[in-house]
Amino acid sequence: MIGNDRLAVRKTYKLYVNGAFPRSESGRTYEVTDAKGHFLANAARASRKDARDAVVAARGAFPKWSAMTAYNRGQVLYRVAEVMEGRHVQFCEEVAAGEGLSASKARAAVDAAVDRWVWYAGWTDKLAAVLGGANPVAGPYFDFSTPEPTGVVAVLAPQQSSLLGLVSVLAPVLATGSTAVVVTSKDRPLPAVTLAEVLATSDVPGGVVNLLTGDAEELGTWLAEHADVDGIDLTGAPAKRAMEFEREAAGTIKRVVRPPATEPDWTADPGLTRMTPFLETKTVWHPIGL
Amino acid sequence: MTSTSVPFEYAPAPESRSIVSIAPSYGLFIDGEFVDGTGEPFTTVNPATEEVLTEVSSGSAADVDRAVRAARRAFEKTWGPMRPADRGKYLFRIARLLQERAREFAVLESLDNGKPIRESRDVDVPLAAAQFFYYAGWADKLDHVGLGTRPRPLGVAGQVIPWNFPLLMLAWKVAPALAAGNTVVLKPAETTPLTALLFAEVCRQADLPAGVVNIVTGAGDTGRAVVEHDDVDKVAFTGSTDVGRSIARAVAGTRKKLTLELGGKAANIVFDDAPIDQAVEGIVQGIFFNQGHVCCAGSRLLVQESIHDEVIASLQRRIGTLRVGDPLDKNTDIGAINSAEQLARIRELSDIGEAEGAQRWQPACELPDRGFWYPPTIFTDVSPAHRIARDEIFGPVLSVLTFRTPDEAVAKANNTTYGLSAGIWSEKGSRILQIANQLRAGVVWANTFNKFDPTSPFGGYKQSGYGREGGRHGLAAYLEGAEQ
Repeated sequence: MIGNDRLAVRKTYKLYVNGAFPRSESGRTYEVTDAKGHFLANAARASRKDARDAVVAARGAFPKWSAMTAYNRGQVLYRVAEVMEGRHVQFCEEVAAGEGLSASKARAAVDAAVDRWVWYAGWTDKLAAVLGGANPVAGPYFDFSTPEPTGVVAVLAPQQSSLLGLVSVLAPVLATGSTAVVVTSKDRPLPAVTLAEVLATSDVPGGVVNLLTGDAEELGTWLAEHADVDGIDLTGAPAKRAMEFEREAAGTIKRVVRPPATEPDWTADPGLTRMTPFLETKTVWHPIGL
Repeated sequence: MTSTSVPFEYAPAPESRSIVSIAPSYGLFIDGEFVDGTGEPFTTVNPATEEVLTEVSSGSAADVDRAVRAARRAFEKTWGPMRPADRGKYLFRIARLLQERAREFAVLESLDNGKPIRESRDVDVPLAAAQFFYYAGWADKLDHVGLGTRPRPLGVAGQVIPWNFPLLMLAWKVAPALAAGNTVVLKPAETTPLTALLFAEVCRQADLPAGVVNIVTGAGDTGRAVVEHDDVDKVAFTGSTDVGRSIARAVAGTRKKLTLELGGKAANIVFDDAPIDQAVEGIVQGIFFNQGHVCCAGSRLLVQESIHDEVIASLQRRIGTLRVGDPLDKNTDIGAINSAEQLARIRELSDIGEAEGAQRWQPACELPDRGFWYPPTIFTDVSPAHRIARDEIFGPVLSVLTFRTPDEAVAKANNTTYGLSAGIWSEKGSRILQIANQLRAGVVWANTFNKFDPTSPFGGYKQSGYGREGGRHGLAAYLEGAEQ
């Protein structure tokens, strides 16, 4: 796609926090290579301060995002799919380079990632009917239960599947109304940064998604123990640290999704399994009669 | 202290305790038999009199291991392979047996726990029976829970329950676990083991296969042995947030599924358009029900500034009529504090409340000479920073705060690490629904308080825990979906 005689303009890959693209406040970067070890970019290596800033942004974005109507939130997620589709070629190149996939396999992964946003976009206004309802209590009360978002969710994204895996763990958090602080795949962070550009140019309000490139091993600790994080998905946590992260998360009774033994097949139908862990059930009672 | 005269005297109306026979000592219920525990036995007392009721075995780690092995065997050989409809029938039997022996359970519960017979008789025991009846019906309908077709039970559930609703918390734990096809090892609270042991007898009367329900009495170490046992697949705990934290740490890195129902510091919000008399009843029900030993108690009253004086005056008048005393007296509204330890905590936090500048009010009421008692108490001039506005007191102590606008009410209500329950009092429906939306709490009672039902999911946000008990949601804690 680039003429032989033209020198390419390369992109600086930065963090995505509160709707902006800052470098790490620490000034740290690390070298990202393709699957064959060739240099691709210097990605920002997020620090503890970046993680804390991201949590502040996610907390700030939560009231508005969670109060949005389900229809509206569904349209915002659908819009992400639309904008992603327009960057299809770029995503394919980045996924192919980072994951060492053939062009056709990379395309399949990107297609599935786009389709997953569409799938979750359609869930926003069905969850309350599927997971909530009226409870037939034995007394003169109207009693109903509704699913509500947990709040700020930290997501350690999968290390292998850099885009489809990432979307598969991020979209359900957004669909259910929580806001997210995501630590991307450490070695394959570039599609995540491009996804951040998609999010920034779609209708997702700033702060709803915050993407940190860097090392889940160090960032995971700080997010697991952070008192203003309500839930943590440990899917991308290094196996040797996952138990420790879960123990730290217990300090503030965080909702925890444990890491799978091996990275799952992300093309499989996820059902509700990635949404229910970060939903609370609220039950409201009111007397019937005088 | 202001005195409020009692408008009229009541003759005592004690419920007879002759319906219960308490053995001089109890063993553990393992594999369908009562066996001696190998730990140091302990006594359980009547908190209203400090009279020793009986001696109870303490389960050691080895005893817990025996119980878990019995539960595993039952899961693999009898309960797991059983036709789901038959599992349901056993649960229906248990529900009926609880109804048949309701009076006995109620008296025993009041003796061991100190709660008024009116509550054990009208709330704890009927709800426990209803819980079994409700989940009995689910046993052969699990495909419709919403976890995909053929959801699988987890295996052996280790369950640790508190002392505030001993039988009811047992029912909340055991009924859904068994309906989903699991077997259980349950540890009742150290100070209230007796109704769980009577429940063991009900299991025998129901001919429930041996090992399906195992009851291991003991203190914290016994509970820890249950939670940490390698062959336990599921841990369910109701109790304090501190213990909940340590349990979450203990199960970290294991396969064990965990649900926690922890502390609370519920806001009970009274708007200026509320029906005041009804609200005052609800405030009383919210904080003095079960001596305030309720995780979802309405312990923070948020009252709109314009009606503060009127509400407090009315509340004081109403509290002046509450009867504190003999739990077995049918007139009693407030029974005994469950233990000396809990009484000390209530006293300590109340003293801190006064030291921090809040105003304590208690009615003139005579407390019995023996036993553990604390009068109904209101603190006014409470600021959100006070310990009595932040810490769970778990006693009959109400902290009163004020607000001016609905936004302020919501901000103050949510200003807590807990998120179990909340109350709203207002005649305006649209306001109730708006505030209910904004509260970060698992149960919101509007123009009512402290209502429970087996069909209605119960559980908290934030540090009040995770998972729900009751309803279809309560089964998810004990099942693995086909899609998971």
